[in-house]
Amino acid sequence: MSESAGKTLTIAAVLCAVCSVLVSGAVVILKPRQEFNADLDFKKNILMSTGLYSPGADINEIFKKVEPAVVDLDSGEITDIDPRTFDSAKASKDSIPSNIDSAGIKQRARQQVVYFVKNEGKVELIVLHLVGKGLWSTMKGFLTLEADGNTVRGFQYYAHGETPGLGGEVDNPAWIAQWKGKKVFNENLKPAIDVLKSKVPEGIAHAENKIDGISGATLTMVGVEGTFNFWLSDFGYGKFLEKFRAQNPVAQAEVSNEN
Amino acid sequence: MKTKELLLDPIVKNNPIALQVLGICSALAVTSQLKQAVIMGVAVALVTGLSSMMVSLIRNQIPNSIRIIVQMTVAASAVIVADQILKAFVYDVSKQMSVYIGLIITNCIVMGRMEGFAMKNSPVSSFLDGVGNGLGYAVLLIFVGVIRELFGSGKLFGFSILPLTTEGGWYQSNGLLLLPPSAFFIIGLIIWGLRTWKPDQVEKE
Repeated sequence: MSESAGKTLTIAAVLCAVCSVLVSGAVVILKPRQEFNADLDFKKNILMSTGLYSPGADINEIFKKVEPAVVDLDSGEITDIDPRTFDSAKASKDSIPSNIDSAGIKQRARQQVVYFVKNEGKVELIVLHLVGKGLWSTMKGFLTLEADGNTVRGFQYYAHGETPGLGGEVDNPAWIAQWKGKKVFNENLKPAIDVLKSKVPEGIAHAENKIDGISGATLTMVGVEGTFNFWLSDFGYGKFLEKFRAQNPVAQAEVSNEN
Repeated sequence: MKTKELLLDPIVKNNPIALQVLGICSALAVTSQLKQAVIMGVAVALVTGLSSMMVSLIRNQIPNSIRIIVQMTVAASAVIVADQILKAFVYDVSKQMSVYIGLIITNCIVMGRMEGFAMKNSPVSSFLDGVGNGLGYAVLLIFVGVIRELFGSGKLFGFSILPLTTEGGWYQSNGLLLLPPSAFFIIGLIIWGLRTWKPDQVEKE
């Protein structure tokens, strides 16, 4: 083994060159596949929240019914920003007053992408993106509401770091299933999701807003409840949903019937 | 040394976790689900094997003064390539495990085999030695993973084996097993069992 400085430098340089070619080669060659996977995974998570996904289904085919749009949360209007190029991570952000920040996220982008599932031009489902703190981690997911802007069709977290088996049970399909048909707003159209410590008792008032908690996951449940109620408030999607109901007479009728 | 010894010795006789007590941190992190444990085991076996082989190929050229950093560069490259491959082919798994895959570089087994074996042996036996040690790590991970997933969430590879009370079955799951400290207890018990079976593994005081 020779130890001259020149040789040492040469070896180091050659090694670095070879390794960087190897690493960048792998990145470049595999990139199209990875992007394809990431895109498919994203669509799959949206479809899982809508209940349209079943294992083995052709995700891209079902996704043709889904139309993204960028919504301005302050005005509640749909903007003409192209959702394909819009990145809410780069959009301008407003800090959230701490007294209403039940999601624990401190700031949120003023514009958000929402997804409409349409059938023959008519909106059937609205998919909203939710972000909020759980016990350990920031939990990200999609909430699907029916066209009345109030009834839950389903939801799905696609990223969280809660303890597997405890808070991680937010992924449990059996737990998610009970959300279907619940109402996110009370009769005064205020966000009213209430995750209980255990099962929702029979015959309790406002059962349509109440969710069974997961035992061993109390703090994660606090986060879930806070996330929902923040994003459905006027600082979240509240104004957008209000406008949507106003512009959607069928949904409006349904809401007033229930009241 | 023969192929068989190189590959199989690290599984029971000289297990990197149970005897050398290396690579404990990742063994805690990825064993709450069996699927993760298997993938982590395979990834470590391949990374250790390939980086040992590469280091062995250039072992006569490596200047002594920078040998550790050379080994680390080789291992880091192998780890990045492994992470990229997982991202491209098993995306949902890599989403959960990406952090831990990156941390393979800090796994003492990889460095230990390169410095302790590959610097003095031929590329082929270094490759086998690396894979063997990776397999030893994988076997232990799988053991721990089976215990933790089966008794912690009543499942194996995500399939329900013991129906949980929360889902209408009879098995009351053990929440502790899903938390990292439980892996310490299980690994401790495995080491105890292994050293009772093979007393020559007991360290001399």
